[in-house]
Amino acid sequence: MSITYLEAIREAQAYLLRNDPSVYIYGQDVGAFGGAFKATKNLAKEFPGRVIDAPISEDAMVGSAVGAAIEGMRPIIEMQFADFSTVGFNQVVNQAATLFWRTEVPCPLTLRLPSGGTSGGGPFHSQCLESIYARFPGLIVCTPATVEDAYSMLIESVMLNDPVIFCEHKYLYFHLKADSLPQEALPIGKARIAREGRDMTIVTYSAMLHECLEAAAEMAQDGAEIEVVDLRTVKPIDTDTIIASVARTGRLLCVAEEWPWGGVNAEVISRVVAEGFNLLDAPPQRINAKDTPIPYHPDLWSVHRPTAQSIVATARQLLRN
Amino acid sequence: MNHQIDRKRFERAYRYMLTARILDERLAQLYRGGNVYGGVFLGKGQEALSVSVGISLDKGDVFAPLIRDGAGRLAFGETILDALRNCLGSPLGPMRARDGNVHRGKPREGYIPMISHLGANISVVNGALMAKRMKGETKQIGAACIGDGATSTGAFHEALNQAAIEKLPLLLVIANNQYAYSTPTSAQFACKELSLKAQGYGVSTHDVDGTDLKACMTTLEKAAALARAGEGPQLIVAELLRLCGHGEHDDAQYISPKIKASKVGRDCMDEAKKTLLKEYQYPEKDLDQWTTETTDEINQAIRQVQQEGGPDPFTHNWKALATRELCEPLGSSTL
Repeated sequence: MSITYLEAIREAQAYLLRNDPSVYIYGQDVGAFGGAFKATKNLAKEFPGRVIDAPISEDAMVGSAVGAAIEGMRPIIEMQFADFSTVGFNQVVNQAATLFWRTEVPCPLTLRLPSGGTSGGGPFHSQCLESIYARFPGLIVCTPATVEDAYSMLIESVMLNDPVIFCEHKYLYFHLKADSLPQEALPIGKARIAREGRDMTIVTYSAMLHECLEAAAEMAQDGAEIEVVDLRTVKPIDTDTIIASVARTGRLLCVAEEWPWGGVNAEVISRVVAEGFNLLDAPPQRINAKDTPIPYHPDLWSVHRPTAQSIVATARQLLRN
Repeated sequence: MNHQIDRKRFERAYRYMLTARILDERLAQLYRGGNVYGGVFLGKGQEALSVSVGISLDKGDVFAPLIRDGAGRLAFGETILDALRNCLGSPLGPMRARDGNVHRGKPREGYIPMISHLGANISVVNGALMAKRMKGETKQIGAACIGDGATSTGAFHEALNQAAIEKLPLLLVIANNQYAYSTPTSAQFACKELSLKAQGYGVSTHDVDGTDLKACMTTLEKAAALARAGEGPQLIVAELLRLCGHGEHDDAQYISPKIKASKVGRDCMDEAKKTLLKEYQYPEKDLDQWTTETTDEINQAIRQVQQEGGPDPFTHNWKALATRELCEPLGSSTL
């Protein structure tokens, strides 16, 4: 048996609906149709009245989730694409993210954002918005890179008493497969050493993990031992695991698919420089997507975002420093 | 057109209005004396509508008031002390000095605190009502209050449509107070009447003279009964005039004298008082006594809150998440 990243998300939701009557799913086309990506396939039939089609109203979708959370529910809101969540942005950052701070009433809701680029996706179906949300106090931001994490972190997200932005990567939906669903998992907030090495630390997350692992494998052929840290959660960032890795390797490269200005890479480098400057043998480096909207044509898109090739090139340069 | 409003119920509504009005006046004095942090926003002229909303709701219902709903808040169960604590920044207030003035509520009691983004709380009430339905609580209704300005926001349209699709027992109450801050209705909407906006979504509408307490109570009771009976969302549009600035920092010179002199510019308090005296035959001394008692109660509450002092920033719990272990360490990069 094998299970894809997308099936893991569906299975996590089925598990949640089965085990907690306060969980429901609300989003465009999530009902009988099963969602634009089929992440809710058959769930409406299996759980009548709890997998609800929403009008194309992202603001109202998120606003209603806040109201339901106040009433003790644990809504899962599926944004059809992460890109469209900007229409509901106000409700996320001003309503959901501030509720607990203002009232001490928890706001357990999970916003699923099908994120990131796929070939031919173009400017409005490809965005990575994790840093936009991570900027706001009161939100937790998850970026699972594996089938196992997609499953376990979604279950944990929905059970947390806070709003969670769950950035699931569309590129991984069908590409990534595992043999089975996990029985146990690292908690949200903890990073994972995805590959051990002693010459350099690459910090990454989500789909870029796989580009980084490919780059590390290629460099291993030259004898370079690259350690790859999968952040898993970008808010909060597991600074301890990063610093401990840099203490072993002395070099840091950060790789993210999102745009370069600010963001997770900048935050990680800032923390390492501030808290572990003496551990560094060379200036830390970062690779992001180009600072343009995301291009449609596959030939443009393939060089717009970081790839194993561009990661290898930068990593080799960093090793020489 | 008004059905008979019970004498005691009318008196109750009037006394909430009176409390709200005196509270507003005292807050304005405190503001002018430099004793309030941030702004002060009054509900003068909107008490009749506001109290009619609050008094139409029962325990277990959901209420998302807006800026000028002091009277409705009291009718829904807010205490004078809680209102003052929030306006004067007491850590014992409902928002514990983290938010102030009209931004207050108790979500656990169905009392939703407003954020400053207009129209944003309508869908929050929708969600609470969807949740109640999923939990099998079908007797409750919800009310969200907005002004004419908020009807221009996307949030309003999305939420109204959402309530209609889900057939939610929502009262969406629009106080058309003729100005959104300084912007007159002519620059806010081009339809003839605001209720037309609801008709486009298949929502029932009710128009009412917002200066007439009896009419407001009658209309809101009817709308609430319809919502409770499963007739879906009800939009109420009340015509009235804000008899003050947007906040106390605003002298409201932009308000046209013609509107002030028109029927819409009547003070709902004066009108309600006339009804009490003439129609319900209350002796004037009763009304004077209520004013004295209420003023005393408010003054005593002010003294109490002022003695409570402000929050302590050094012992304050600076955590924005309920899951404390997932809070970023403070100033993690500055150690």
